[in-house]
This record gives sequence, C-alpha cells and structure tokens, in this order.
Amino acid sequence: MFTPHTDAEREEMLRVIGVRKLDDLFADVPIKLRFPNLDLPPAFTEIEARMQMEELAGANETAHDLACFLGAGAYYHYTPAAVDAIIRRGEFLTAYTPYQPEVSQGTLQAVFEYQSLIANLTGMDVSNASHYDGATATAEAAVMAYHHFRGKRTRFILSPSLNPQYREVLKTYMDGYENIDLAGEKLDPMCGPDDLAALLDDNTALLVVQYPDFFGRIFDFTALIEKAHQFGALVAVAVNPMSLGVLKTPGAMGADIAVGEGQSLGLPLSFGGPYLGIFATKKEYVRKIAGRLVGETADAEGRRGYVLTLTAREQHIRREKATSNICTNQGLMALAATVYMSLLGKHGIKQLANLCYQKAHYAAEQISKLDGYLVVSQTPFFHEFVVKCPKPVDEINWHLLDHDILGGYDLGQDYPSLAGHMLIAVTEMVSKDEIDALCEALEEVNNG
Amino acid sequence: MAEPTIYEISSQDRIGFRFPACDVPETALPEGLIRDELPMPEVAELDVIRHFTNLSHLNYSIDSGYYPLGSCTMKYNPKINEEVARLPGFAFSHPLQPVETVQGNLAMMYELQLWLAEICGMAGVTLQPSAGAQGEYTGVLIIRAYHQARGDLKRNKILIPDSAHGTNPATSAMSGFEVVGITTDAKGNVDLDALKAVLDDTVAGLMLTNPNTLGLFDQNVEEVVRLVHTAGGLVYGDGANLNALLGIVRPGDVGFDIMHFNLHKTFSTPHGGGGPGSGPVGVAKHLVDFLPFPLVDIIEEGDEETPPLYGFVRPEKTIGRMKSFHGQFGMMVRAYNYISMHGPDGLRDIAESAVLNANYLLARLRNTFHVPYDRICMHEFVMEGHLDDAPDVHALDIAKRLMDYNFHPPTNYFPLIVHEALMIEPTETENKQTLDRFADVLIKIADEARTNPELLHAAPHHTPVGRLDEVRAAKELVLCCWLPDKI
Amino acid sequence: MNIPTNLKYTNTDEWVLVDGKTATIGVTDHAQEQLSDVVFVEITVSIGDKLAKKTTIATVESVKAAADVNLPVSGKVVAINEDLPQTPELVNSDPYGKAWMIKVELDNPAELDALMDAAGYEKHAKE
Repeated sequence: MFTPHTDAEREEMLRVIGVRKLDDLFADVPIKLRFPNLDLPPAFTEIEARMQMEELAGANETAHDLACFLGAGAYYHYTPAAVDAIIRRGEFLTAYTPYQPEVSQGTLQAVFEYQSLIANLTGMDVSNASHYDGATATAEAAVMAYHHFRGKRTRFILSPSLNPQYREVLKTYMDGYENIDLAGEKLDPMCGPDDLAALLDDNTALLVVQYPDFFGRIFDFTALIEKAHQFGALVAVAVNPMSLGVLKTPGAMGADIAVGEGQSLGLPLSFGGPYLGIFATKKEYVRKIAGRLVGETADAEGRRGYVLTLTAREQHIRREKATSNICTNQGLMALAATVYMSLLGKHGIKQLANLCYQKAHYAAEQISKLDGYLVVSQTPFFHEFVVKCPKPVDEINWHLLDHDILGGYDLGQDYPSLAGHMLIAVTEMVSKDEIDALCEALEEVNNG
Repeated sequence: MAEPTIYEISSQDRIGFRFPACDVPETALPEGLIRDELPMPEVAELDVIRHFTNLSHLNYSIDSGYYPLGSCTMKYNPKINEEVARLPGFAFSHPLQPVETVQGNLAMMYELQLWLAEICGMAGVTLQPSAGAQGEYTGVLIIRAYHQARGDLKRNKILIPDSAHGTNPATSAMSGFEVVGITTDAKGNVDLDALKAVLDDTVAGLMLTNPNTLGLFDQNVEEVVRLVHTAGGLVYGDGANLNALLGIVRPGDVGFDIMHFNLHKTFSTPHGGGGPGSGPVGVAKHLVDFLPFPLVDIIEEGDEETPPLYGFVRPEKTIGRMKSFHGQFGMMVRAYNYISMHGPDGLRDIAESAVLNANYLLARLRNTFHVPYDRICMHEFVMEGHLDDAPDVHALDIAKRLMDYNFHPPTNYFPLIVHEALMIEPTETENKQTLDRFADVLIKIADEARTNPELLHAAPHHTPVGRLDEVRAAKELVLCCWLPDKI
Repeated sequence: MNIPTNLKYTNTDEWVLVDGKTATIGVTDHAQEQLSDVVFVEITVSIGDKLAKKTTIATVESVKAAADVNLPVSGKVVAINEDLPQTPELVNSDPYGKAWMIKVELDNPAELDALMDAAGYEKHAKE
C-alpha cells in the first residue's frame, strides 16, 4: 500500500520525537472534535477498486461506441498512441511545477516548445504556458484588457456566437469589477461582424469573437479588428486551434489576443476535462499576460537552459496586486498538445483540419437534401453547422441514439430563438457511411 | 548535453502521423480564409518519442526521488489511478451527452461530492473549480454573494493572516475586496488581539490556512472562528494543508463556512509538472444555494428496482459558472478511486503518517537548524536555512546543494514570516530510510556550509544545467524557439 | 548605501528632488539593492495628469520582486523619463540620476515637510 511504516519503525520514530503514542501528536486539535468517525465505505483493494471503476465507466455510452456528431466546444478526435506514452512517463506525470530549473529542464523545454508551437499556429508573437480551459482563458483576456486600460474602459463586447459557457465564465470573472458593461448579448445570435462593429465605442476595452464561432462559421475579422483598433480597443479571438491547420490565423487578422480551447489538440473528451486553455498575444502585451511563461537563457558555463520568467507579475510575488491568482495550470495537457502537434506536424495538422472540413461539408450537403431539414449555415463554416429540424432536437437525438448515433447539440438550450436547431460537428472519427446513416436516421424521424 | 528543440530536429517533408484518406467528395476551402504557411515541425514518430523521452530524463519527479516540498503534498501518485482514468467509458464520454447516457460519470461525481463533504463536515460540494486558486476564487465569490444577498453591502474587506498562501490575497483582490493582513503570534497562531482590532461590520470574511504554512495547528482556531462569526464574517479554509486533517478533525465541525480541496495534493492526483489540478469547494448549509452551476444531483429518485437518475441542477442563488463543462473530470476519477482504496481508517492513516513523518524529521533536524516556532507540528514544519556560524550561506544555497544529493529542495523563502525559510513536508508515502537519508544529508550540508561555503554557493554541481541566468531570461525574453529557415 | 543629503525621502523608498515648484521622483539606492537586478520599469501616468499623494506612478520589477512607486506629494505631471523603460538597469546603476521617473509641479509644497531627510531615511533603512 501507500504508507510504508512497520509497527517497529513507527515505535522508533515516536521514540525519537519524544512522544509515547501517535495520538499525542494531535494534542492541539480540540479534543471534542478529534478523530471523527467518517461515514465512508470501507477500503477497497486495487482489484476491487478497479472492478468498481470498470462498472462505473461501463455504465456510460460514449463517443467510442457511438457515431459522434456532438461538438459545441469539445470534439472527438483520435489521440495517437505516442501522446499518452509520453505523458504517462512518471518523469513528466509526477514532476512538480518547474520552480527549480536545474532539475526541471524537461518540463521547461517542453513548455517552451508548447509556447512556440501555439505562437506559430495562431500567428501570434507569444503564448503563455496555459490556462485551465478555453472559457477561463477567454475570461483572463477580459481581465487583462481591464487592467491594460487601468479600469478606465468598461465596455466588453462579446459576440453572441461566442460559446455561451465562455460568456458565463467571463461574467463570473468580471463580477468583482465595478461598472462593467457587457454588450452584445442582445444581438441576433447568428449576426455577423458588421453588427458587432456597430457596438464599438471609445469606452470599449475588449471585443471578443470566436473563430470558427460557436455555430461553426468562419468570418474574416480583419476589417472588424481594424475598426476596433480605431477606437483604441483590444480584440480577442477565441479559436479552435486545430482549425488553424488550414485557416487564416487570428494573428494575420490583426488580433491582439488569441485564446482558445486546446482540447482538439489530442486531448481525450474525458467528460469535459482536464482540457487546455490557450492564451497568446502580441509582443507588446507580454507583461500583461497572466500565468506562467518560460524563457530561454544560459547557465554560468554557457549551457542553454530554460526558466520560468517574468514571475514578478504572479500571485506568489505580487500577492494582492497580481492581476490573476492562477498558480497551477494545465501543464500535462500542454505537454500532450505539444507531443500531438509535434507528431502531426506541418502535414498532419493540415490533413486533419482538411478532413474535418470535408466531412462536415459532405454531411451538410447530404442533410440539406432531406425533407424537413434546413441547413441554416450559409456563410463559410469549418467542421460544425446549424440545422433547423422538423421536431424538437432532444426527441431526434433519442431516436438517433437507438441507431448508435450521438446527435448534435440542442441550440435552444442557450438561444431561445434557436429552439429546434441542432449544431452538428463532424471530425475525422466519423466515416462517410456513418454520415449516410445519420441522414437515414434523420429522415426516419421526420417520417415517423 | 543539451537536447535540441523540436524545431531543430525537424526535416522538410518528414511525416510523423497519417490520417486515413478523405472518403467523401471534396469541397474547395473558402477563399480568402486560408493560411499561407504552417510553421510546424516535420518529424517522424521515433524523433518525437526520443526527443520527449530525453527531455523527461532532465526532470526530477516523485517516481524518481523525494520531494520535501512544503504545502505541496508531493505524495506518491498511485498507478492504478492512471489506468482507471483511461477506461474508455470515462475517457471518451462527451461532456454534453444526454445525462441518461453518462450515469456512470454522474453517479461517481455525486458520490465524490458526498464523500468530500463527509471528510470535511460540509453540507455541499462543487467539483467544478479547476485548481486550488480557482477554488479559492469560487469561495470568495460565494462570500461576496452571501453578504450581498442579505443586503449587507458594506463588507468590503477580507482578512488574511501573514502565514497565508500568496494566492489568498490575489484571489480576494480579484473579487473586489480590500485585503487586510493579520499577524501571527509568538506561538505561531493567529494573533487574537490583532484580529480583534480589525474585526468590524466591514469584514466579509477571514481566509485561514489551518494547519498554517508554519505547519502548526492553530491552538485558538475555535476562538478565531467564533470572533469572525460574531462580527458577521464568514471563515474560509484553505485546503492546501488538508492532508494533515483527514480523519483527524473536520473543518466544518470547527465552524469553517467554506473550504477548497486540492485533489492534486491531498487526493494523490499527479502534479503533471504544473497541472492540471482540481479544486472542489465545500460549503456549510447556509451557502449551498450559492454554489456554482452545474451541480450533480439526483433528478429522479430510484426505487428497489431502478437506480436513481443523476443529472445537473443549478443552485438557486448561484455565483455562476467557473469553467467549461463540469470540472477536471479526469482528476475526479483518480481522487474517487484513491478515496475508495483508503476508506475511513486509511484516510486517518494518511494524516497520522504524514504528521509522524514531519515530526520525525523535525526531531532529527532541530539541533542543527533553527526552528523558530518549535512545537509539535502537523504535516510540515519550517526551519531557517541559515546558520549562525556560516553567515554567507543562505537558504537558496542549501536548497541548491540538496540537488547534488538527488533530493528536490524544500519550499524556500516561504512563508515570508520566517527568515530564510525552508519549509519541509515529507508526506505519508516516504519510508523511514528515505527520511533518515534526507536528514543525514541536510546535517552534512550544514557542515559543508561551515567548512566549504563556496561549494554551496556554486551548487548544484551534478544537474543537467547549473544555476541559470534569470536576469538575462527576463531581459531578453526569448519565449519561442528560433525557427530554422527550412520551415 | 548611498543617501544624498540634498533629497527628501519616504518610508516606502522614494526620493524627491525639489527645484522651485518642481519635484523630481525616483527610487532610492536602498530600494534597488533590495530589489536586485531590475529588469522592467513601467511608468503608469502621463504628462498632464493631476495626481493625489500616494498614487502609484510606476512599477519596478526584478526577477524576484516587484514594487510600486508611489507619488510622495500631490501635483501635476510635467515630465516623464521616456528612456527608463528601455533601460531599466539604470535603476540599479544610477538611481538618483538617470533613473529619475517623473517630474511634478507641486500642488502644496507644505507636503514636503512630512518627508524624511537623509539622516531620517538612513535610520529608517537600517531598521
């Protein structure tokens, strides 16, 4: 088991300490509250524990057993075996935060490479070592913009096609700041960049758009970003990094900040976490970034090495003056994404992004031929699109489950005006046959 | 020898991974929305495996050695946890699936909420926060919402003892509170007079780490809680040091209103070189309605034949959502498995062994190093990394020299209230032989400090790199790999 | 520790050089010693700003610490050392000269009386 002492060793240790029995070590704990009886199940051995966990896991039906058309911020992709082989190595898995660089060069160099890959993928100058997830990275962009303008600009424009969960988290994060004006929520959910431009003013600190947006649509935000800059505002683009295997980068559009959910970079769905918050920005804002950063340097003998740098911004030094309290981040998930991006490389990432695009477009094309279904997405989209359905989405999804299909996301949950609309995601994990089967099943529901 | 970067081993047109050919008719990519270049590495699978394996060899880790890192609880991370978290039923479940299809996940989460509540004597638990710092943030936002809901709008201060973790003040400031420090008394407890002096109707709450960062159980904790409650404030417990309390005392029973858990410390989920963590938050009955959404609950009662149906609920006065989806689910699986494998007696054994180990090390070292608050400690203790007869040697030098003996240094220069602090937390999973070797080495280093201080100033001598130039890193700010022309 | 006698000091390690109605502000030699190698200076106010006493005017960072620089006296900003952010190491090498941070036009010269002289600051710094 996990505690190693024998009775004899325990006795010897107590003797050295100078107490008679273990309980004497807890004399400071109020006696009437000491040693409560915990109402928990008795201990399992490893064999029993594994059986229990297998039973719980077995009670789920998953994307692994079903043809998965569900996305909405988390996507079913293949994780190459090499990724897990690396992140399971105890040297990475069980290492602490690299505060002692001499014995942490493995983690530090891997984070440095992560920063480089993310900067290159997003077309930004610098990336931090990660945030918790796409939603919190987006919220941190708002906090950064707030401090950038020293609280003098209070308008934050959130595109209505920003992932609703990101908006919710950003709202929670901005709750501690006074007089924040969150704009954009009242716009038509499917509006475009021009409608957002109309909300810009001299008080705007940050405009947040998503790319591809929550509905899968892709817009060139270059003109919108230019307009925002004319007002002196910052712009954050929340990206699906995998899509950047083919798509124009937020950097190329002039974005100040690129945030995003890194789950699509080789992380398992794992019921929503642990995922990976991406945060990249322009060089001029590097000192405004929350979270850890790794920089290259050398030791006294000139050997190249890496250290955590600009740490004076962080909570353990600045305490109440730090702009974020982030400490632990998603280190191991950043490592997984680093291995994934390295392995897929220039060709693999492009091939993957193209595959997802092609399959989604084939699916949209086929669904558009079905009676009763309308593919609402007319502007270019990436690997997700909106379909207006003839029946309530949950009813359709129950029918699809009977056909071993995990249907799309019910947009009515977040957007009352989009009741009866399904958001369908397609990745490399579904085949043409499964897309055809989806169409058949959809047709069946409409006729049934 | 330095390991090249992944870009430096890249070779044009080398392929690392292939996807199946496209099986659908192709559509043209949208014009004007396509990127020009994709500056990514081009390497084969073996290149990748060898590169990252070589990097892994430059790391220290629990699997390879001992981490006496104060307040970090670097205990062994059981291998079975890694296996079960990867079971396909868990790993491939989508967070937005219909709840009927993920009852295994939800049953597990529901039970984990109950278990954590039971372990700490709390009425409700959210599993959503991503890490300890986000758990704190959740807790402080709940404190804020609680007072606001009662129309008590003048409470704008959070009290934080000077022995607290750095995240506490940062968290309070982020939530719009003014931070007021409270001093520590000569015995290492919260100074009651200092506390009384600032307690009034503008105090929203107190953030207390107990045992504190000196490793001491606050002897006045019940009085501290009583005073804060009497003034109308709430008491927040920082759960970073919970390892000392499992089965020993429940913070809820002491009167704490809110606390967070660090699944990556107390409940053995791996640190992963800096994360992911997981920071569930427990609250007393009067705060349950403020928890973040979604919470897992039974949405349809079961009976003898059918199990209950688990689903998500939104607490009535919720502070909102802290992150996407439901939290760091993979970490919950590991923590659940860990608690299953311990049961009530095993949990108490964890705390007892952790406290035994800390006191044993303290006993072995107190004659060599000065221990400013010297009494029976809990799971960790703090000593000065400075010797009167070796004035030029500092805690940092001792920390660095430990690496030459293949030990990770203790937490150093923290807490700030101890001069040249070395903060040592042995954890329960280390055996007596390791502790003895560590104590022997520290005593030997103390001797080196007196006889050969230069040896310490230049340490470490046997690591892949020596002390690195942090000033250069901060000035030059090289944060990305140099890109070879060929990419 | 260098403490010129022609300056006034605060207990938070700022110095003030008074020339008629104008006050020049920077951080002391003692402050830079405590910080060690300064790697970053940001001046967070602009020319024309009318500032109250104790307003934060700059942030100074080393690799292991960060400090805010607070205005010892109230006044209007009339000059800013634009070069300092590019050469933060001047805080270490020339704290009383090239590392000046801002100049303000004094609102109320009587506020200077509350500041310490060199002897007072030396005593404070040694504590």
